[in-house]
Amino acid sequence: MSTFHQALIRVLPSGRKLVIGIPFLWLFLFFMLPFFLVMKISFSEATVSIPPYSQIYGFVDQKLQVLLNLGNYSLLGADELYISAYLGSLKIALLSTLMCLLIGFPMAYGISKTRKEMQNVLLLLIMMPTWTAILIRVYAWMGILSNNGLLNAFLMGCGLISSPIEILNTNTAVYIGVVYAYLPFMVLPLYANLVKHDQSLLEAASDLGSSNFNNFWKITVPLAKNGIVAGCMLVFIPVVGEFVIPELLGGPETLMIGRVLWQEFFNNRDWPVASALAVVMLAILIIPIVLFNRSQAKEMEARA
Amino acid sequence: MKRFSFSTLMLVLGLLFIYLPMLILVIYSFNASKLVTVWGGWSLKWYLGLLDNTQLMGSVARSLEIACYTAVAAVALGTLAAFVLTRVTRFKGRTLFGGLVTAPLVMPEVITGLSLLLLFVAMAQMIGWPMERGLVTIWIAHTTFCAAYVAVVVSARLRELDLSIEEAAMDLGARPLKVFFLITIPMIAPSLAAGGMMSFALSLDDLVLASFVSGPGSTTLPMEVFSAVRLGVKPEINAVASLILMAVSLMTFMVWYFSRKAEANRKRAIQEAMDQTASETWQPQRTPATA
Repeated sequence: MSTFHQALIRVLPSGRKLVIGIPFLWLFLFFMLPFFLVMKISFSEATVSIPPYSQIYGFVDQKLQVLLNLGNYSLLGADELYISAYLGSLKIALLSTLMCLLIGFPMAYGISKTRKEMQNVLLLLIMMPTWTAILIRVYAWMGILSNNGLLNAFLMGCGLISSPIEILNTNTAVYIGVVYAYLPFMVLPLYANLVKHDQSLLEAASDLGSSNFNNFWKITVPLAKNGIVAGCMLVFIPVVGEFVIPELLGGPETLMIGRVLWQEFFNNRDWPVASALAVVMLAILIIPIVLFNRSQAKEMEARA
Repeated sequence: MKRFSFSTLMLVLGLLFIYLPMLILVIYSFNASKLVTVWGGWSLKWYLGLLDNTQLMGSVARSLEIACYTAVAAVALGTLAAFVLTRVTRFKGRTLFGGLVTAPLVMPEVITGLSLLLLFVAMAQMIGWPMERGLVTIWIAHTTFCAAYVAVVVSARLRELDLSIEEAAMDLGARPLKVFFLITIPMIAPSLAAGGMMSFALSLDDLVLASFVSGPGSTTLPMEVFSAVRLGVKPEINAVASLILMAVSLMTFMVWYFSRKAEANRKRAIQEAMDQTASETWQPQRTPATA
């Protein structure tokens, strides 16, 4: 019996290995491995078959042949559509991250200054929209921004404008939508950081004659660095690949890479080009992603 | 009176900015007029009309089913991941593991969706599974990214916990598994509930991942809504959207309420236990223990 037990122990992985192994395997299989597949398919050619791409290696006449088609990548470099889509995405992501930071920082600061009870309620109010479909929140703006929508009606009622201004289906609407959808993701990490600050530092600085403004720039902002990085990355990275907002609020001039990828994949059924688009997007985003992961790791250490 | 500072003003304006559009959407869903921009009095007809829309109702049922499975799996997987991140300090590939856990939070959905679809296609070719994409593939996709959210929520809680309670149980001879289920799990239960609800909501909301990895006949609610919304604002969609909004708000409120209650109960229990121990220790016949 005991030998059987020992054999069983030897065969079965230990608890420790199992605890690490299960999430590791899942994430490896369903998150990391797929990226290598995307890379592989980005080197194949689109064909009319199921699945709609060619094999990149074959075994012919006892020779292993690997055919790497670089055409997809040269297409990305040659076609102006793709380049301007990448640039458009980066520009919209950068500007809206900045706007989120400018609006979100005072909000997070304001929350961290209220009573503890109030903080929980306010946090809940900020957090709730992140659980609600981005689709629905964007849809809400469609009704408000349209030519005969509430915003135009309001502005005309005030006498500020005489005829409706076109906002829906322009880049302005995309900016409004992006800031609206991603503002909570900026506020939450900033708050988590700001609330940990030691108030005595500010008091000490004030006692030594530092102005409020000086306190803010020389103490609060540097201490909040990890929170700022985390918040900015939580906004910037997903916005670069955003699809729903430009599709619903943007117009024909709104070129964003997520939208182009979607069209290549679903409308043109060109899986290899879509894959190449994804690979290049990932290459652009890899530095921000590493920055984000490092700020997360630091934040975790700081709390421990 | 409290000084009305710039940050308070921004906070109020920001919250208005976040909530006004949703409020307007809900109000207009009760609009009797077929024209979505003209107010024609209060009415429930768009909500009643939804019940007859069998295609929509089918997608609602499908989305709810996926969301339930996702919540369960994501909590299990995310908790394991959080436990590894906070309690197993040293093992090979820890940095990679940490990256794998947090990266799904920021990864653009179009990339994750495309890559998972390619994985499923390759798997179908190689091992013959999944033969057709549908509920299971959507469930896998949702579980992967929801687990990341659960891991963040739960690991924050695990880090706050007083390790000495777990250590005490182990010192008294409890096996690690027993400690985990009898000590750790009850202490992190509120964040498990929060993570579960969050996963449920996220899964219910997801459009992009589901569009990539779903197959024919497995249209989820957001996909149904999206194809309708693309053509413009419609009163029926106002009603669906308002229902989703209200369901999620109710759920959020419940999570908040229960976790607050659980926290208060826990604090009171600890306080009572401490008072009790204190009064026992200070009984007159015993020599008081040195502090």
